[in-house]
Amino acid sequence: MAAILPTAPLDTAEPQAQPQTPPPARRRVAPWADTMFAGLARGAALLTLAMMIGIIISLIIGAAPAIKQYGLGFFVSKDWDPVQDKYGGLVMVYGTLATSFIALLIAVPVSFGIALFLTELSPSWLKRPLGIAIELLAAVPSIVYGMWGLLIFGPILGTYVQQPLQRLVGDTPFLSTLFSGPPVGLGILCAGIILAIMIIPFIASVMRDVFEVTPPMLKESAYGLGSTTWEVVSKVVLPYTKTGVIGGIMLGLGRALGETMAVTFVIGNASQLSSYSLFEAANSITSALANEFAEAGEGLHQAALIYLGLVLFFITFVVLACSKLLLMRLQKSEGSRA
Amino acid sequence: MSASDASRVRMHARRKRTNAVALTLSMGAMAFGLFWLLWILYETARQGLGGLTLATFTEMTPAPMVDGGGLANAIFGSAVMVGLATLIGTPIGMLAGVYLSEYGRKSWLGACVRFINDILLSAPSIVIGLFVYSLMVPRMHGFSGIAGAVALALLVIPVVIRTTENMLNLVPNALREAAYALGTPKWKTVLTITLKSARAGVMTGILLAVARVSGETAPLLFTALSNQFWNADLTKPMASLPKVIFDFAMGPYENLHKLAWAGVFIITMGVLALNILARVLFKNKH
Repeated sequence: MAAILPTAPLDTAEPQAQPQTPPPARRRVAPWADTMFAGLARGAALLTLAMMIGIIISLIIGAAPAIKQYGLGFFVSKDWDPVQDKYGGLVMVYGTLATSFIALLIAVPVSFGIALFLTELSPSWLKRPLGIAIELLAAVPSIVYGMWGLLIFGPILGTYVQQPLQRLVGDTPFLSTLFSGPPVGLGILCAGIILAIMIIPFIASVMRDVFEVTPPMLKESAYGLGSTTWEVVSKVVLPYTKTGVIGGIMLGLGRALGETMAVTFVIGNASQLSSYSLFEAANSITSALANEFAEAGEGLHQAALIYLGLVLFFITFVVLACSKLLLMRLQKSEGSRA
Repeated sequence: MSASDASRVRMHARRKRTNAVALTLSMGAMAFGLFWLLWILYETARQGLGGLTLATFTEMTPAPMVDGGGLANAIFGSAVMVGLATLIGTPIGMLAGVYLSEYGRKSWLGACVRFINDILLSAPSIVIGLFVYSLMVPRMHGFSGIAGAVALALLVIPVVIRTTENMLNLVPNALREAAYALGTPKWKTVLTITLKSARAGVMTGILLAVARVSGETAPLLFTALSNQFWNADLTKPMASLPKVIFDFAMGPYENLHKLAWAGVFIITMGVLALNILARVLFKNKH
């Protein structure tokens, strides 16, 4: 860029017949302004890096007492007992992973369907409004999902799904454990379903975007050979975009793992896990933090909670970094082909 | 009809059937997504409009068991913290966005910041709360409104960086070159040419950032905490709409539930309006 700045001397190749008076000295207004502005911009960018490093360091420092006390054994212990000052994070880690897994199970096929609809089926005048409607699902604050889940959706899930299921399976050994628990609907399944609704817009919009980068030539060739829409999508579009699709799913997973308020409302907040029922009140890393951190006294309780936060941050960091790398790979191959 | 013809017809029928099933499921998925949006909006309006009165905006949050009351202090606290967060976060985010697009488009630092920023964009907001807690709360000897504002600002920054960079990248290079050819220094080119022509897009980003943080609860839980009374002192705990909704909804009191629904209605409408405004603004320009 510097080369085209006017400060570069103009090189006149043609010999001048008459000696010229030297051009007037360039009036430079505030020559320091450029350096300063560049410095400010660079500083702001560096601040982002500092933020990331700061988060990691502060979490490690905060968690240090708990790390020293428990080490990795923290993740195999189920005891979470603030009264006796004994902590183990297995229940919360299980809660976070189980709810996110249920969320993916529901959200991935639905998002795929939505992306398929938006790219191949929808009439073009409907594409934009429908796309925005799905994106608005992501804009609804999580506290709204939480309150709706606690007071409206949970009770409905309890009455119309859980109770019939419990009656249906009766005493069947495995299934009765799966659906046991107080018939109020709240618990791991409810949190998983609400998380699914919350991550659908993220996964669907990534899938839609990557489906749209499939070269029309490929699709048209397949259509020209007589393929049905489904065959084009499943045998041409999907193989072409699979890294992007996986990237989108990872993005959704990262969101689901870190979601706090909606989960805190509906998961039931029990630090002890009495069974593996889908309707069992449990706790996730985020809900434990949300409920206990402000009241936890300085010391081991707080350190144990920060330890959980550190683990959560680590897992989401890895998942989101994978997502980003996969999406970048698709972009790069797109660039070379274009 | 020969045997091979018959098998071809069967295969054709099967392929058409698979296609029909898949496309129906796809329509079902779309309906499924819209269904939740409409249901949530419907319940929010139904429950929220009932509890919404003038007192909601003029009276303080009530104690449990007390009738009446409003959300005035919570709405005020939210407005102050979101406003302050936007004031802190926007310039930093815009500058970093300018760096990524105008200075470090190809540099190692640029690639690094872009990567980290995309992760921060989706990082759990409760962890940001933890970070600001350990940074500010023990040092200030307690929860405070300013800590809440800083936590929200840290969520504003990644959104603004991302949109600013994307929008600046859309500005054609010819504009920049024209400015340089006239002898404009780089900082002036960025401020008066590139940023100005990407104005609508950058505004969209800021609106989306405001919409995002005004609904955030998790980072406020242990930074701003809450306050039952009117408070304009930023060094004291401050009430906010989402946190008050959380407290009220988790409790068993009917009156508080009603107020929480009114709060949910206000937040949802505000956030959706900002989102739609941002999209309209962006569409008009492009």
